[in-house]
Amino acid sequence: MFQPSPWRADFPAIAALQRQHQTYLDSAATTQKPQALVDALSHYYCHGAANVHRAQHLPGALATQAFEASRDKVAAWLNAADSRQIVFTHGATSALNLLAYGLEYRFEAGDEIAISALEHHANLLPWQQLARRRDLRLVVLPLDEHGRIDLEQALQLIGPRTRLLAVSQLSNVLGTWQPLPPLLAHARAQGALTVVDGAQGVVHGRHDMQQLGCDFYVFSSHKLYGPEGVGVLYGRPQVLELLRHWQFGGEMVQLADYQSASFRPAPLGFEAGTPPIAGVIGLGATLDYLASLDAHAVATHEASLHQHLLRGLADREGIRILGTPQAALASFVIDGVHNADIAHMLTEQGIAVRAGHHCAMPLLKGLGLEGAIRVSLGLYNDSDDLQRFFEALDQGLELLR
Amino acid sequence: MSLPVQAQEALASFEQARGWEQRARLLMQWGDRLEPLSEAEKVEGNRVHGCESLVWLVAEQHAGQWHFKASSDARLLRGLLALLLVRVQGLASAEFTGLDLREWFTQLGLERQLSPSRSNGLHAVLLRMAELAVSR
Repeated sequence: MFQPSPWRADFPAIAALQRQHQTYLDSAATTQKPQALVDALSHYYCHGAANVHRAQHLPGALATQAFEASRDKVAAWLNAADSRQIVFTHGATSALNLLAYGLEYRFEAGDEIAISALEHHANLLPWQQLARRRDLRLVVLPLDEHGRIDLEQALQLIGPRTRLLAVSQLSNVLGTWQPLPPLLAHARAQGALTVVDGAQGVVHGRHDMQQLGCDFYVFSSHKLYGPEGVGVLYGRPQVLELLRHWQFGGEMVQLADYQSASFRPAPLGFEAGTPPIAGVIGLGATLDYLASLDAHAVATHEASLHQHLLRGLADREGIRILGTPQAALASFVIDGVHNADIAHMLTEQGIAVRAGHHCAMPLLKGLGLEGAIRVSLGLYNDSDDLQRFFEALDQGLELLR
Repeated sequence: MSLPVQAQEALASFEQARGWEQRARLLMQWGDRLEPLSEAEKVEGNRVHGCESLVWLVAEQHAGQWHFKASSDARLLRGLLALLLVRVQGLASAEFTGLDLREWFTQLGLERQLSPSRSNGLHAVLLRMAELAVSR
């Protein structure tokens, strides 16, 4: 039975892609954008750009107002108690690097940082490099056969030497929700700081920061239907105070002398230089749009399409799905067929999916794989998109076999 | 500069190909004709990095002529490598240096396989060949 997406027409690029015979199933990499975002960018650029937090003039005041309104919208989206807990960065990657540099002074040789085996490179490499700079131990929490962090082992591995836990909320390769509540509670009880990489998780459902109980949460705008070049770092007020300043320049400073300077607290103290103003305003417009949708209808639509995807893959011979995906995406390999060959066949037929290691090389290596194909869904996808994917897959496999 | 005989043959078959399916079939057929590499040749030193697939390229010069061998674990990429090799095999250094390989794949109707955003590896192999052309 055809399952339409009631929101498809809100995303003009989907129709444009369709005219180019492209079926977009790579939303976990980046998403298409709603008209509301395009309108907001166009409005800002057509009605007077200005720098924020600097000028007394009217355009500057309006830009600052719109920019700060976006901070309020992000805070509301995450149910943060205060907008000052929201720092704008240039992406999830830069937010995680900010943390790794801003907290570096707190680590001593022999301390431990715990991450999981499924981390995206963005939540692995900043900690790995910090560990190398400071002679720390990077502890890698293993996974169970479903592709979730093995809780029993994790609770053993996170101990009094653990100074920080950094884990993904939703895996970008396995599509599994991680058992955050017990992990975070345990890590905090051990005195460790907690960082959640919400890059994938934030796109599916609303997440309440006050309930989740992590110290820091990061995500990037472009995966949440917003513009690229913008990331968000949420922090509890007490832990934001722990951060040392890491990038220096305009507007993050209180007083500057030739030989010394003092710096602002979060958020502005961590937003050195001109921020991506239009992008932040655009993210605000995107959140307004998303907040206007029936959240239950979105969740039902996404869950139903995801089931359709999993069923279709399970129905085909020789397909092995990685882990037990719970949302948003599925990665798979096919016995005796190289994933690059499947990718080739799908690309030729206008199916936009991702092939390769998905920025998680150690995870793929751990699974004994060179790569995999990942199909990922957005709220604009419908069942015809999946049908076209399955037909293209069958056609490609027939040629290959 | 005239095309090597095998390259002429490849060009003729790809020019006649209608649609992506036929091109994919041809690529697989050409891939099957690729001379296999020995295990000793599949070493790290011959790996071409920057590809999602495993790709090896062995390049030697005998009496001023280039001799290449290449392979991959991915089937369609083997076809692309075969088409590359028939164009460059046995060329003198000067000819090789002056050759526009992008143009060659465009003639074959396979230019889309060269995009740097594609991780199939052909782009990386061409970069490696360009390095070789300059270095020797």
